[in-house]
Amino acid sequence: MSVRFADLPRRLVSLTIDGRAVRVPEGTTLLEACRQEGIDTPTLCYVETLTPVNVCRVCVVEVEGARALVPACSRRAEAGMVVHTDSERVRLSRRMVLELLASSVDLSLAAPEVRAWMQRYGADASRMGPAAAPDGHHRDQAHPGHHRVGDGARAETVAQPVKVDNENYVRDYSRCILCYKCVGACGTDAQNTFAIAVAGRGFEARISTEHAVPLPDSACVYCGNCIAVCPTGALMFRSEHEMRQAGTWDESRQTVTTTICPYCGVGCNLELHVQDNTIVKVTSPLDHDVTRGNLCVKGRFGFEFVQRRTREG
Amino acid sequence: MFGAGGGTSSYQEIEDTDLIILWGSNAREAHPIFFHHLLQGVRRGARLYAVDPRRTTSAQWADVWLGLDVGSDIALANAIGREIIDAGLVNEAFVQRATTGLAAYAAAVEPYTLERAEGDTGVPASVIRELAHAYARADRAQLCWTLGITEHHNATDNVLALINLSLLTGHVGRYGSGLVPLRGQNNVQGGGDMGALPNKLPGFHDVETDLPARARFEARWGAPLPPKRGWHLSGMFEAMERGELRTLYVLGENPAQSEADQTKAIRLLSGLDHLVVQDIFLTRTGELADVVLPATATWAEAEGTVTSSERRVQRVRRALTPPGQARDDIAILCELARRLGHEFGEPTAQEVWDELRALSPMHGGMSYARLEALGGLRWPCPDESHPGELFLHARLWEADPQRRGPAAPFTPVEFAPPVDALSEDFPIRLTTGRRLDSFNTGVQSGRFSSPLRRPETLNLAPEDADRFGLEEGERVRVCSRRGAVEAPVHLDASLRPGLAFMTLHFPDQVATNVLTIDATDPKSGTAEFKATAIRVETLALAAPAVPLPEKASA
Repeated sequence: MSVRFADLPRRLVSLTIDGRAVRVPEGTTLLEACRQEGIDTPTLCYVETLTPVNVCRVCVVEVEGARALVPACSRRAEAGMVVHTDSERVRLSRRMVLELLASSVDLSLAAPEVRAWMQRYGADASRMGPAAAPDGHHRDQAHPGHHRVGDGARAETVAQPVKVDNENYVRDYSRCILCYKCVGACGTDAQNTFAIAVAGRGFEARISTEHAVPLPDSACVYCGNCIAVCPTGALMFRSEHEMRQAGTWDESRQTVTTTICPYCGVGCNLELHVQDNTIVKVTSPLDHDVTRGNLCVKGRFGFEFVQRRTREG
Repeated sequence: MFGAGGGTSSYQEIEDTDLIILWGSNAREAHPIFFHHLLQGVRRGARLYAVDPRRTTSAQWADVWLGLDVGSDIALANAIGREIIDAGLVNEAFVQRATTGLAAYAAAVEPYTLERAEGDTGVPASVIRELAHAYARADRAQLCWTLGITEHHNATDNVLALINLSLLTGHVGRYGSGLVPLRGQNNVQGGGDMGALPNKLPGFHDVETDLPARARFEARWGAPLPPKRGWHLSGMFEAMERGELRTLYVLGENPAQSEADQTKAIRLLSGLDHLVVQDIFLTRTGELADVVLPATATWAEAEGTVTSSERRVQRVRRALTPPGQARDDIAILCELARRLGHEFGEPTAQEVWDELRALSPMHGGMSYARLEALGGLRWPCPDESHPGELFLHARLWEADPQRRGPAAPFTPVEFAPPVDALSEDFPIRLTTGRRLDSFNTGVQSGRFSSPLRRPETLNLAPEDADRFGLEEGERVRVCSRRGAVEAPVHLDASLRPGLAFMTLHFPDQVATNVLTIDATDPKSGTAEFKATAIRVETLALAAPAVPLPEKASA
C-alpha cells in the first residue's frame, strides 16, 4: 500500500545468520531478517499487526555471546550479530515447546504448519504420557499457585467444555495455547476494549473476562478481532462451530471473496467465506492498511440481512 | 472543500498527527475502525479534543471534552477563530500566500468573544481558549467531523466555520494536517463523486457552469443533458408538497422512515401519482410503491466500486448468487432505458467504470487491475502511473503562485440557533445519533443477533429524570411540535441536564422521526435531525417500570 511519510530511510546493519552474510535495515527483527533470507521460522504468538509479546518461545534462535536463546520475533538485528537458527539448542527448545503444547492443548485446528514443525523437530507429545482425565476441576475458579499436581505419568491438559454464551462466537479454551494475541487485539494494539486478559499463573493461567463472567456481562463489543488472530481455533464464529459439530463445515467447498463492508463510510475490506451460497464467516485481510484485519460488530457479524430478505427478517 | 467534495486526509495521517479534534462525531461507535487509527495517534502522543453535546464513548477517550449546547457550533468555532487572531497565533505566512478574505473574517468573528461564546455554547471560556491555542500551536492537526456538524439547518455554514479554522492555522494541505468529514455510508463519497448531486456531473463538474465538461459528457453519451441543476432529496419533498413532483424513483433509500418529520414524508410519498422503489428489501417506502424492482445487494451480489471517507475507491465483488428475481442495478437501469427507447446495451460494471474513467479526469488512472493490485486508490488519480493522492491541497503550500493556483477563501458565517427553539412547552433538547451495533433505520442491522442491542429508549440525564420523577424503564410520551411517540426512559450519564437522546434505528418500535423537524440546510439539503425541542409526559396509566439491561459500549 502507500508509503508512510513518517518512515525515514534507515541505515543497513550487517550480521550473520546460519553462516550467511545478511544486510537489513536498522530496526529489523531477527524474524524479519530470517524471512528475508527464506529461513522458515516457526511462530505461534507472533502476527505482524500486534506488538510481539514473546510468550510462545517457538521462534527462539541462538545468538553467539548471549546466555539465553532469544525470541526472533522481537529481538532486533544488530551489527556483527552471529545468529544460528538450526543449532542443537534451538532444535531442542523448539521441540520441547511444541511437545508441551501438543500434550496439553488440542491443536487439531491449528495451522497445518504446526504439524510440519513438529515433524521437523521430532516433537513427540506422547512421551508426556496419555492425557490425564479431566477431573471436573474448574479452571476459571483456580487461584494463583493452586494448580493440581499430576502424577507425572499422565499429561495434564487444559481440556474443558466449550463456552457458548452468545449468538456470535464461541470460546473453546481446550484449544488455547495462551499466545496472548486475542488480548493484544482486544487491548492497545487494536480495539482498546480490554474485555479479556490473562488470569492465573503457571498451568492455571487462562484467558478470562473480568471475574470470568459470560461475554454478554463483560465489556466485550463483539468486534471479533480476537477471533481473527486466534491461531488454534479456540475462538470461532458460532456458525463455524455449529457446522463443525454437525459435520457440515467443508473448506474445500468454500469460496473467499473480498469486498467492502455495507455499513459506514470507512471502507473496511471484508473477506466473505461462503459455503452453499451462505456466508459462514467474515474476516478482513491483515495486510490491508484500512483494517489491518480488524472489523467492528457490524462488519464482522452484520451480514445476515443479505441472506434474510423477508420483511419479517 | 475548495472545489472537491471530499476529506483532505488519509486515515494513516491521524496516527502521525499531534492534535485531533473530533467535532460532532462519535466515531468510536459510528466509525469504529477509523477510531482504531485515531487511538493509535492518541497512543503516540496526540492530544484529543472532543466537541459534542454528549460525553460519548468517543469523548470518554478525549483529553478535553467540550460539551457544547446542540447547534452552537458556529458560536464556538468563531470564538476559537477570534481567539487565535487575538492571541497572534494566525499562521501569517500561509494565510497571506494561500487564502483570501481574512480581514472580512476577522471582522465577522470580532463580536464572538470568549465570554459571549461561553454564554452561547455552555463551554467555559477557559476551555475554548485552551482549544484555540492548542490547535493553532500544534505542528500538525486533524479536524474531524460527522453528522453532528451536518445534520443542522445551517449544515454548510457549520462546515465553513471549521474550514475557516484550518485556513487560519494552516492545518490543511500537509501530511498530518487536514479536514476529515467521516462518511456515514459505504458509498456516500462515491455517490457524490459519481454525480449523484443535483448540480454535478461525475468528477464534480458543475452541470450549469462547466460547459466544456458538459459538452464532453453529451458527446460521449450522444444526447443533450439538462443544463439546469435538479433537486436534492429535501428539495424533492418540497416539490412534492407544491405538487410539482408527481413521480419518484427511489433506489436503495428508505425515506418513509429516514426523513425528518416522518408523518409528513409518508403523506407526501403516498400522494404521488407514481412511486417506484428499487431495493434489496421490501422497505416501508417499498410498501407505498406502485412498482417494486428487487435489486441485488451491491456489496455481496454484484461487481463494482465504492469510495470511502479517505477518497479511496475500492472494489466490491459478487460472493453470493442473488435470491429470486433480484437483478443487478446496472441491468435494471439499462432495461428501464430500453423500455424508454434508449439502448444502453448490457454493460458490465467494469465497462461502466471505464466509461467513467474516460469522462472524469480524477478517476482516469484507476483501472480495475490497479484497484485490485493496490487495495484501492485515492482520488485524484489522473493516469495509470499516478499513485493516488494521500492528502489534498498540497498546492496551497507551493511557493510558486502558478503552481499554488487559486487562493482558498475565508467564508464568514454567523451563529444561528436551531430552528426548533426551546420554550416553556418544549424545554428539553432532543438530539439523535447511532449506536455501535445498529445502523440508520435498522433495515440492515436489525437482522443480525447482537448481544449489545437494547430496545429504543428516551435517554435522559439522570438529573432530569430525577427532576421529572421518572425511573429507569418507565414508559413516557415524548412530544415535539410535530408529533408524539412513546418510549421507555433510560438514564444516561453521558447527557447533561436539558439534553435527551434517541436513535433512528428502531422506527417500527419508536418512530423517532415523527418528532424531528424538516428544517433543512438550503445548500446541502440536510434536515436538522440533531435538534428537536421536546417535552416528556408521564403516561396516565403508566405500566410498571421494567429495568432495562445495562450495556456498556466503550
